[in-house]
Amino acid sequence: MHLPSYRRYEIAPEPRMPEAKTARRVAIVGGNRIPFARSNGAYATASNSDMLAAALDGLVERFDLQGEKLGEVAAGAVLKHARDFSMTREVVLGSKLDRGTPAVDITQACGTGLQATIYIANKIALGQIESGIAGGVDTTSDAPIAISEKLRKKLMLVNQAKTGADRVKALLKIRPGDIGLDVPANREARTGLSMGEHQAITGKEWGITREAQDELTVASHQHLAAAYERGFFDDLITPFQGLERDNNLRPDSSLEKLAKLKPVFGGPDGTMTAANSTPLSDGASTVLLASEEYAKEHGLPILAYFVDAQTEGVSYVKGEEGLLMAPAYAVPKLLDRNGLTFADFDFFEIHEAFASQVLSTLKAWEDPTFNKVKLGRDTPLGAIDRSKLNVNGGSLAAAHPFAATGGRIVASLAKELSEKGSGRGLISICAAGGIGVTAIVEAA
Amino acid sequence: MSDTYLKFANSFVGKQLAPRLGLPQPPVLKRYVPGQKAVDGAVLVGQAEGGRLATAIAGVLKSADADVWTAEGPLRDAAGALDLTPKIYAPETAGDQRFQALVLDATGIAHPDELQALHAFFQPVARKLRPSGRLLVLGTPPESLTAGGRVSQRALEGFTRSAGKELGKGATSNLIYVAEGAEDQIESTLRFFLSPKSAFVSGQVVRIGVGAGKTAKVEIDWEKPLAGKVALVTGASRGIGEAIAETLARDGAHVVGLDIEPLAADLKTVTDRIGGSAITLDVTADDAPEQLAKQLKADHGGVDIVVHNAGITRDKRLANMKPETWDQVIAVNLIAPDKITLALLKGKVLNRGGRIVGVASIAGIAGNNGQTNYATSKAGVIGLVDAFSADIAAAGGTINAVAPGFIETQMTAAIPLGIREAGRRLSSLGQGGLPIDVAETIAWYASAGSGAVQGNVVRVCGQSLIGA
Ligand SMILES: NC(=O)c1ccc[n+]([C@@H]2O[C@H](COP(=O)([O-])OP(=O)(O)OC[C@H]3O[C@@H](n4cnc5c(N)ncnc54)[C@H](O)[C@@H]3O)[C@@H](O)[C@H]2O)c1
Repeated sequence: MHLPSYRRYEIAPEPRMPEAKTARRVAIVGGNRIPFARSNGAYATASNSDMLAAALDGLVERFDLQGEKLGEVAAGAVLKHARDFSMTREVVLGSKLDRGTPAVDITQACGTGLQATIYIANKIALGQIESGIAGGVDTTSDAPIAISEKLRKKLMLVNQAKTGADRVKALLKIRPGDIGLDVPANREARTGLSMGEHQAITGKEWGITREAQDELTVASHQHLAAAYERGFFDDLITPFQGLERDNNLRPDSSLEKLAKLKPVFGGPDGTMTAANSTPLSDGASTVLLASEEYAKEHGLPILAYFVDAQTEGVSYVKGEEGLLMAPAYAVPKLLDRNGLTFADFDFFEIHEAFASQVLSTLKAWEDPTFNKVKLGRDTPLGAIDRSKLNVNGGSLAAAHPFAATGGRIVASLAKELSEKGSGRGLISICAAGGIGVTAIVEAA
Repeated sequence: MSDTYLKFANSFVGKQLAPRLGLPQPPVLKRYVPGQKAVDGAVLVGQAEGGRLATAIAGVLKSADADVWTAEGPLRDAAGALDLTPKIYAPETAGDQRFQALVLDATGIAHPDELQALHAFFQPVARKLRPSGRLLVLGTPPESLTAGGRVSQRALEGFTRSAGKELGKGATSNLIYVAEGAEDQIESTLRFFLSPKSAFVSGQVVRIGVGAGKTAKVEIDWEKPLAGKVALVTGASRGIGEAIAETLARDGAHVVGLDIEPLAADLKTVTDRIGGSAITLDVTADDAPEQLAKQLKADHGGVDIVVHNAGITRDKRLANMKPETWDQVIAVNLIAPDKITLALLKGKVLNRGGRIVGVASIAGIAGNNGQTNYATSKAGVIGLVDAFSADIAAAGGTINAVAPGFIETQMTAAIPLGIREAGRRLSSLGQGGLPIDVAETIAWYASAGSGAVQGNVVRVCGQSLIGA
């Protein structure tokens, strides 16, 4: 068929140069979390939704966001019940935010909280939204327990049966041996090893001593205790269910006390103990992010700017690399892209999943061999100034409700930078599955 | 032929009973399976100060894709230059780590004081070797040194031999002397001694020289190091010879098997299976050397590898031994390899870079009751290695020998039970070897990478207590 045309021939369209959109600066306005509690303790009866709601309500109150329609809320939980598939949106609907505020659930193991922050920050930077909240929550006290796979499959058949008789028939197929529970374990699907067992291998391969791990642990507790003493957390935490401070904190922790503990990973000669590893715990955190314009218009403070982020993965399944070593690869990429070195940073917030993990990563950055072979650098990244590391305590003291850790760190670092009034901070978080999530934050 | 006690001791009941009854508990030795990594497990590398082999060892481990561990320090830093990131070993952080191999570069030891390095490196990990693990010490040939260096390098031998007796669980211990200038020639040897291929070789001393056969830096396919080579194996129809033929074929060689007329059918079964060729010949026949040389030249254009495996025993106490009993053994075991080697050299049938391998016996080293004839012939085979060295080196080749200990074959199955059991158990590994163990050792000599492995007599005996 011949179509009438105004033109006799097609004119090739001008090649369209993509409009060079400079990313906007992303302001960190503030954060709020509930104190973290050791598993099956203070929050034994609280659900993920309860805790996330508590953290969010505190944030809304602190920044007068009642009735406000935000760009988006992104949060997640690592251990989540199937019925909570839309947890964040449900929490938003139950909050004082405008109900038109969209929400999304995201997960990336222990990287969830920081990845949620990156997600919101990127949308703000691109002009897609003006404001948003990132968060995370986890409970190991109210973990989803599934029924055994065999039983589940047979029950599915019962469910699919059309008549009552068919249903009875299907039910009768269930054998006593099918009945079992599938409790979520902190294990890597591909290796069957727990995260601690993985890190015991990595720490051994890096020659990380027990003493160095215990020293880092004591420092974490002392820094966190001091931060509470000087009121650092007063505008970062809302009490929850009677708890005002992280209840894993041991202000009187000492090398002598830690030296008495038996190893829990890496066999009887291992170096990792219950103290220099993070305990299972419950908690939630949130961070409010906004464009500069939004913050100014709403009279919100700007604690710091979220500058850039890098996520990396490593292959660990056959022991090619340590499960928790991905940050060692992510950070150099992030530094190079921003033309920075360790000397350009005033704060290092390295998530202390295990003291051994932090020390392995630091050692890798200093190691000429690792730098040359694995990172392709002739001069090592070098050592970080340890007096700048986790200055207000880390996960070893505060504990580590998986998805809530990122929000805790982002808010604390932003506040550290605003207190200092200048400078730059680096965040590094290791996650299950061989993932590392890292970011740069700058003073406002 | 099969070791029923070994099977019993490793059965469930045996594992309960043997220790209670104070019976020996011979371990099941890990053996090589094609496609396997040369060394499957962690390798801890150390260096006595001043050593010169660190880079060479690291290079081999890199090429073998090994899991390398070493203490922090110059050795580890040097590994970085080779694209290796060794894991960090320290006694206080090693925890439950076990090693498949412990390798010490001891070339730096120049004074008896410095032998302390042996204790310092091996003592903390003496119990951390896995079953069928490997202990290796690399040194400098003492004869190339003077004074303190000579003394202490010689001393290494006492250490590795004693360690071999202590390790247990199928672990082996060996010493490799690497001549100065032969640092880049160690790969085939290191791979062999680290791998399960050397399962039954322990307490041995090996020399890597700077011979004319030095391997040029060519890419070697370690799965097929004999690709394109022609190998003659005498006595190939059964026993150790059959295993040699199969192993050389596995490594890529075209094998020409040889045996006597009555075994022609058996021989053909073997050579057909491995895609080789067969020659029916009595090696003691007057014209055997000439005929063999002619046929190899005509059919294959020459030969690259010659394994003098055909051998016989005719045991009798000297007082009862008839002259023909003496003569037969000397003729098959010694005169035939001598004449054949000579004919192949003279006729230029042995290709450049060729490999001659003699099959001696520990009887030829230690002597044996009832074997004056046999031991004479086998000691003579060691003599052949020395006698032909210069000529073969001139042709860019090597000559070496293996000296098997107790190997489970028809030959040893004929030994009376009591003596047979003693032969099996009286060794560090507590069992007899298998024909494959001798074959693997020969394949190492034959390897394209073993051009500097010259003049060695390696016992494949599980560090038998009999003999030196
Ligand atoms: N089995 C052991 O424990 C042991 C120990 C030390 C050394 N060895 C040596 O290993 C070699 C192989 O021994 P094995 O146990 O396999 O013995 P075997 O008797 O099973 O095999 C020897 C082979 O050599 C062949 N042969 C013998 N005389 C020959 C001749 N005149 N011409 C051509 N072929 C001839 C035989 O036919 C036979 O196939 C021999 O040299 C033997 O002395 C064996």
